[in-house]
Amino acid sequence: MRDAAGMAVTELAAAIASGELSAVEVTRATLARIAARDGVTHAYLHVDSEGALQAAAQVDRARAQGEKLGVLAGVPIGIKDCMCTRGLPTTCASKILEGYVPPYDAHVVERVRAAGGVIVGKLNMDEFAMGSSNENSAYGTARNPWDSARTPGGSSGGAAAATAEGLAGATLGSDTGGSVRQPASYCGVTAIKPTYGRVSRYGLIAFASSLDQVGPIARNVRDAARMLGVIAGHDPRDATSVTRPVDDYEAECGKDVRGLRVGVVKGATDRGCDPAVVEAFARTQKQLTALGCELVEVELPHQEHALAVYYIIAPAEASSNLARFDGMRYGLRVNGDDLRDTYARTRGAGFGPEVKRRIMLGTYALSAGYYDAFYLKAQKVRTLIKRDFTQAFSRCDVLITPTAPTAAFKFGEKSGDPMSMYMQDIFTLPPSLAGIPAVSVPCGLSPDGLPIGLQICAPELEEKRLVRIGHAFETAIAWNHRPPRFS
Amino acid sequence: MAAPTITIDVVRHVAKLAALSLSPTEEETMCRELRAILASMAALEALDVSGVPPTFHAVAMHGGLRPDEVRDSFPRAELLAAAPAHEAGGFAVPKVMDGEG
Amino acid sequence: MAEYETVIGLEVHAQLTTKSKLFCGCSIEFGAPPNTHVCPVCLGLPGSLPVVNAGAVERAMRAALALGCTVREHSVFARKNYFYPDLAKNYQISQYELPLNENGRLVVEVEGTTREVIIQRIHLEEDAAKNIHGAGSGESTLVDYNRAGTALMEIVSGPDLRSSSEAEEYLKRLREILMCLGVNDGNLEEGSFRCDANVSIRPVGQKKLGTRCELKNINSFRFVRKAIDYEVARQITVVSGGGTIRQETRTWNETQGKTLPMRSKEEAMDYRYFPDPDLPALAVTPEAIEAARAALPELPEAKRARYLAELGLTAADASVLTGHPEIARYFEASVAALLARANKLTRDAAGKRVANFVQSEVLRYAKADGLRVELPVTSDHVAELLALVESGEISGKQAKSVLADVMASGKSPAKVVAEQGLSQVSDTAAIEAAAREVLAANAPNVALYKAGKTNVMGFFVGQVMKAMKGAGNPRLVNEVLQKLLSEAP
Ligand SMILES: [Zn+2]
Repeated sequence: MRDAAGMAVTELAAAIASGELSAVEVTRATLARIAARDGVTHAYLHVDSEGALQAAAQVDRARAQGEKLGVLAGVPIGIKDCMCTRGLPTTCASKILEGYVPPYDAHVVERVRAAGGVIVGKLNMDEFAMGSSNENSAYGTARNPWDSARTPGGSSGGAAAATAEGLAGATLGSDTGGSVRQPASYCGVTAIKPTYGRVSRYGLIAFASSLDQVGPIARNVRDAARMLGVIAGHDPRDATSVTRPVDDYEAECGKDVRGLRVGVVKGATDRGCDPAVVEAFARTQKQLTALGCELVEVELPHQEHALAVYYIIAPAEASSNLARFDGMRYGLRVNGDDLRDTYARTRGAGFGPEVKRRIMLGTYALSAGYYDAFYLKAQKVRTLIKRDFTQAFSRCDVLITPTAPTAAFKFGEKSGDPMSMYMQDIFTLPPSLAGIPAVSVPCGLSPDGLPIGLQICAPELEEKRLVRIGHAFETAIAWNHRPPRFS
Repeated sequence: MAAPTITIDVVRHVAKLAALSLSPTEEETMCRELRAILASMAALEALDVSGVPPTFHAVAMHGGLRPDEVRDSFPRAELLAAAPAHEAGGFAVPKVMDGEG
Repeated sequence: MAEYETVIGLEVHAQLTTKSKLFCGCSIEFGAPPNTHVCPVCLGLPGSLPVVNAGAVERAMRAALALGCTVREHSVFARKNYFYPDLAKNYQISQYELPLNENGRLVVEVEGTTREVIIQRIHLEEDAAKNIHGAGSGESTLVDYNRAGTALMEIVSGPDLRSSSEAEEYLKRLREILMCLGVNDGNLEEGSFRCDANVSIRPVGQKKLGTRCELKNINSFRFVRKAIDYEVARQITVVSGGGTIRQETRTWNETQGKTLPMRSKEEAMDYRYFPDPDLPALAVTPEAIEAARAALPELPEAKRARYLAELGLTAADASVLTGHPEIARYFEASVAALLARANKLTRDAAGKRVANFVQSEVLRYAKADGLRVELPVTSDHVAELLALVESGEISGKQAKSVLADVMASGKSPAKVVAEQGLSQVSDTAAIEAAAREVLAANAPNVALYKAGKTNVMGFFVGQVMKAMKGAGNPRLVNEVLQKLLSEAP
């Protein structure tokens, strides 16, 4: 049998559809690989062997009966633990939801199941998706498969690590300010943050509602495109869901990119980038030119404010979104002297330090007297940031930046200083604030042998462009690096 | 932005609004960190945004409405099973004083 | 005492008559077992999202247009954040800065004085769950989320009312309008029409408003007056005693007959309102607004005026008959059916006949439950019955017993009359024969009549009716007797 861990999603689905592999054996192999490796990587918070094998058997039965199989039929899929899975624990890596089992599936989970995807388990993350290193998980951090002393990034660290190490064919993460792109960059895999509203948020446990999007993480661009095709589309249960029909993303793979205008943000790497990142980014520009792309220098003058704007808007929304975790209807309850005391103790014991910090920051930013100065002002500056992109896209088709200023850093390196941790997001925040789609694809290795990511941004609902150029680039640099201990 | 000063009292007031118990050490840390974070946002203050409309939703959209149709509710037993305490079909919570809200 | 003026503003929470909740598909049926009309959305489960019910928007808009409000083409849902077990998400989705509707008016009249009340705003919001105290063992409160998420519209008046009677009148008129529009069932007991009152006093002539107290828990029209009257007297006592009024929320305690403080506004919550990121701005097209305006039904006030002008009703009759939309519909259908049957009747006469009959005979059997009214007989039967009276087939007195039989059997009035042989004898020949016999047998009385003692006519009529066993048509009996008496030598 071919090693499923080394196969792309599209190859796996084809092999299962043709009968070369059975879904059950692929699932068994994946579960075995998780059992063997995840003790170190700790990408999974919960593995659902039984459910996965049942789903796989269902795929095999359907094939035997000649039914039409979905595009993910038999492919092992991991789901970040902030998406509701009926009957499977969903904790957001938080103590406050320890043991919580939702009574319904998130929209994206329904879509994956409907496409024949086999859900193998729930993936580690920073608590409530707040963090850039996975160090904020209440259940132990996930580790980077390239170097277990380093962070896999965050908040979808478990998802990126599992994908990189072949503990799933592909995974679903969520991205609020870079949470699929940055870990993908650190783990040498591909992740797409779709246009805000392209993928339904129904069943995604909210961090910052105006920014959250579910995005796929995969080992190559074609796989990511297939996953996006599965989860994208209108859902009447999410009022912010976009109604425009979904494009055929996979069809963009292999298309020509000659003449495509690629915007390079002026001074993009001036701000605190590692030399390895600066160099990889410079090399990338040459490679794009070699592919026939036309490089254009563009400016995003308000980008420097993105960090401040984000750290007002996201915590403000989070402070309200996380109010429901109070020990009354579900989750942890720590009894106190009275109702108010029970609320405070439950939340004090159930939330970790970063979540508390953001709840405090957000509550403060919305509180009487500060709404205009913080929240409203931030939303106005957001308009300026969005306008910058509109302006830039009048001169280019896509726009590139590094995904993160550094490659994966060591555990503990930044955890003492929230601001330096927040700086990891400087490239991924602006597209999130503008609501536009962005992809992170690997663009090389650092001298330490760690992957570095390239972020490509496109105008609203132009995910096609990301797939087209991402795939062309990936093919051109012949990216096939795997973590050293992959096989 | 009226240069906000974060004091322990402010931290305590905000924690009360957020229904969050913080230990004295947490209060100290929070005070220091919030100050640092807010200080880093000072550049926003200088930015002139007069006449700029806010962007509350990243992508311009109008919410789809739902037709007024009754859908099946969820089985009560399953919902109550997730509750820390329940009784007689109700979610049991610490005694609520009228008008406490 | 007379030197103080009372200032009242009212906030009405009216539950909309949608089938499902404001943001989810759960039923709003009243009285279901606890927590059986709940789902991830109204229980605030992690990951759930609200989607606005189009029926709620349409109803709130209808109410707004009937009250002369401006409907905003883009309104915004906001989150009102505070922790309380009846709030599943610990925030309530409401409208704050940009409500759906603004600037309407309602004119009320009390003892000949009219008062224009400004409707400051009408916005949509979700209802809270029900905390059941003392039902659980030990100290627990039990929470039932069936009501959580039910669509409410909050109707906020300006501080324009000057007495408890005006407040009561305003609430009655408002309730009547909402019921007429079919957007609220007016059921105070079930809490689908709730009212909070902001009450303050100020010296007569002073422009500045006094410090107000908010009165909660006023769930009957009777309580409104009592609570406001108590509160006004209390405030006057405080102020005349040199004290000052504290801004606070008070609740009406019916057993003690007092308003009691709930919580002081000094420790008021900081609600941290902000636009709900889960809900894009609510857009209503100008076309939709115009269509809703065009579809507005005739409102109670216009109906009353029409009943007075066209159907000959008194103001009191018109008020009773327009008090409930179903009764007004019933009344009008009965009038139309009667006119169709008795085409010699004027509208005026038909209106009066139906109004009298419905009020005196039918309404006492009517059972109202919210917007539904159970009436004992159909409007067609009312018309049929009154037409039988009109044509002289039965007497007005007989009509009452026929009605009882129609109610009991469900048969049509004509059938009841036929089956029981109640038809009056309108055959002139039979009446004349009986009358001749009576006159022949009572010659002395005939002489008296001819001598001018015309009051003996009653005696003759009675004798003829007796001879005919009561079946004679009294009008015809009268006519025939008069004719015979004038003929006789
Ligand atoms: Zn519901």
